[in-house]
Amino acid sequence: MNKKTTNFLFVGVGGQGVLTASDIVAEVGLEAGYDAKKSEVHGFSQRGGGVESHVRWGEEVAAPLAEKGTVDYLIATELLEAARWIEWARPGGAVLINHQRILPMSVTVGDAVYPSDEDILAAVRARTDDVLVVEGLATAERLGNPRLANTVLLGVLSTRLDVPVDAWLTVIERRVPPRHVEKNHQAFQEGRRITGGD
Amino acid sequence: MKSTKPSAVRRLLSGNEAIALGAWEAGVRYAAAYPGTPSTEILPALAQYAGVRAEWAANEKVALDAAVGASFAGARALAVMKHVGVNVASDSLMTLSYTGVGAGLVLVSADDPGAFSSQNEQDNRHYARFGKFPCLEPADSQEAKDFTRFAFELSEQFDTPVMLRPTTRISHSKGAVEVRMPAEVRESSPLPPFERKPRKYVMIPAYARLRHPEVEARLRALGEYAENCSLNRPAWGDRRIGVISNGVAYQYAREVFTGFSFLKLGMTYPLPAGLIRDFASQVETLVVVEELDPFIEEYVRTLGLEVIGKGFFPATGELSLALVRQGATQAGLPIQHPTSNLQPPTSSIAIPPRPPALCPGCPHRSVYFNLRKLKLLVAGDIGCYAIGVLPPFDEMDMLISMGASIGMAHGARQAGCPEKIVATIGDSTFFHAGLPELANTIYNRGVVCTMILDNGTTAMTGGQDNPATGVTLQGETTQAIDIESIVRAMGVEHLWVVDALDVKGIEQALKEAIAVEGQPTVIVVNGACVFTPHFRRRPVVVADPQVCNGCGFCFRVGCPAILKSDEVGAKTKRPKALIDPLLCTGCTVCLQVCPRKAIYQR
Repeated sequence: MNKKTTNFLFVGVGGQGVLTASDIVAEVGLEAGYDAKKSEVHGFSQRGGGVESHVRWGEEVAAPLAEKGTVDYLIATELLEAARWIEWARPGGAVLINHQRILPMSVTVGDAVYPSDEDILAAVRARTDDVLVVEGLATAERLGNPRLANTVLLGVLSTRLDVPVDAWLTVIERRVPPRHVEKNHQAFQEGRRITGGD
Repeated sequence: MKSTKPSAVRRLLSGNEAIALGAWEAGVRYAAAYPGTPSTEILPALAQYAGVRAEWAANEKVALDAAVGASFAGARALAVMKHVGVNVASDSLMTLSYTGVGAGLVLVSADDPGAFSSQNEQDNRHYARFGKFPCLEPADSQEAKDFTRFAFELSEQFDTPVMLRPTTRISHSKGAVEVRMPAEVRESSPLPPFERKPRKYVMIPAYARLRHPEVEARLRALGEYAENCSLNRPAWGDRRIGVISNGVAYQYAREVFTGFSFLKLGMTYPLPAGLIRDFASQVETLVVVEELDPFIEEYVRTLGLEVIGKGFFPATGELSLALVRQGATQAGLPIQHPTSNLQPPTSSIAIPPRPPALCPGCPHRSVYFNLRKLKLLVAGDIGCYAIGVLPPFDEMDMLISMGASIGMAHGARQAGCPEKIVATIGDSTFFHAGLPELANTIYNRGVVCTMILDNGTTAMTGGQDNPATGVTLQGETTQAIDIESIVRAMGVEHLWVVDALDVKGIEQALKEAIAVEGQPTVIVVNGACVFTPHFRRRPVVVADPQVCNGCGFCFRVGCPAILKSDEVGAKTKRPKALIDPLLCTGCTVCLQVCPRKAIYQR
């Protein structure tokens, strides 16, 4: 097993389930035999604002947050947030983006403009070539629940990591309400197919 | 206590969950808290354990007072609050230091370096020195659990309150914790009869004077204890650098100063002079890495030692790996990966900020829309409604602490401020500190208009119950204290009770209240927070692109569900409104303000 520290950063918008998704990844790390830590912020900053959550796996993890520029996997549940946090990714790091736009209040009420998909992706690709835009929301809606989008993303992420699929399925089962387990497992497997995983 | 053979498992726990577990393992019988980020989750976690009475208190002082009573009665007790909550509780805290405890008493002060969800980033270690009691600082979830248990032992051993000081990055970080499963089954035994000790527990001046020497003696004893305390441990490595550190700063430091020597301090007050001198004498360069104030650093300097500290590591905001690395680099320390001068490539696009916003369906929206419309001065308070200061409302002129809205508005008017001022305060904040402020303005013939925004919960911290909601932390039904009745009982003659989703109704009440001269007025605004069980989602609204002309009026209600359409109005040349059906809750505030009736309910 690779015991070098692996850094994940989940970014998105309050209410998107960013904290639950990152919880799952932290628990999968522990399940797979790593030491794991995660960090997040609650309260005022969560009210419709941006949300970020760090997860680190390794033989022994000290700091609960990675250093800017060292994130191996940047997982954005929203397009604009991917651009906002891209400098945290290490050059060549992987960026997974859920194809969804959520307008910030600064755009709705002010003069700020939400950049085009092309501009956002160009900014992201300036940092790394390993960028994958996932139709997470569309896939989730096809499965009958937009809230499954993050599970699709986790499925994609899982194909990049050397951890048994069972560990993921076990943790998902533990973390979602019993009546949603089957759909979440389905969404996870859909995500694995997106990148050609088994 | 009965115990089955335990088997340890590693579970991922937040610092807050770990503190709750540690308190339970320590046999805590009573716990009280006022919700406040980053401390909020401790009590709900503890409330689930059998044999513990856990309560939301009306404010932090009440929480501490109740814990003091429990401790005097012989029960281990926990009081939990955020850093600024300790300011509220400090009246009792400073004298609790004199009385000491009955059974162990631990105060959790969750500090917020970075002020992620706070009005300041004060460093509460100063309270430990001010009040002359010990301060423990865990550096991860495992320590959060272990130190909590330890704190109760220390409290009883030295007859002192003990402050446990996690910070945001400890409380809200998760890490592996050894949990023994199945946990012990606790048999609740009745407390022994109350032990009457008036000279210890009744702080009239004569007895307080007798207790003060005890406090000084205790502090000396604690200072000696700190020298050998298992929470303070040196770890030897390369002796060119010796790093003294605490809390989450220690975690950053041990990644940046890999291989060097460390003195990790778990007890940061009182500090161990001998241990620090001994450590310093064995290293070439002494470094202190700590968040916020130079609390350890200044003490080290009083020992006559040279040290690298706040000259290189910031005293404001939270620390990070990058800041510690940058400080070490600037100080010229031989760390392995110094900060390079190469800046990472920056993205070339302008990224619009994403500030917090009132949720779709939020009952505060119509209030700030109207306050803005009437161009009134607003004294704000602590809660989600502080978002009223941000665009599109830009409608708040002062905010400083819990309950202060009413007092600030009162003072400004009494001093002669010519403009009318409205104080806005939430239900939980009203019970926390608003009651005496309202009594004060009534008593002093004040002329403030107070709006009490009753959304049926303590919303900002995630929806905790409070004296107005009729439910306790442990789920029992209780008396829901009626705000309107309180206001009437205080003798307020000019009182309006309005529905938060009635935009015109709020405007009307505000106009009438403002027209009243020479007397206090109160408007109670009732509307459920969208996160409460009594919130009712209604059919979503749609904006008809045939009727909408892009006037942009509905954008002024600041609703995240109202988007800008790609279509623009023919005359206005501005984007038409588009309502996101996934986000809309059908509150109809936008429908009510639309001048062209272009928005209708499905």
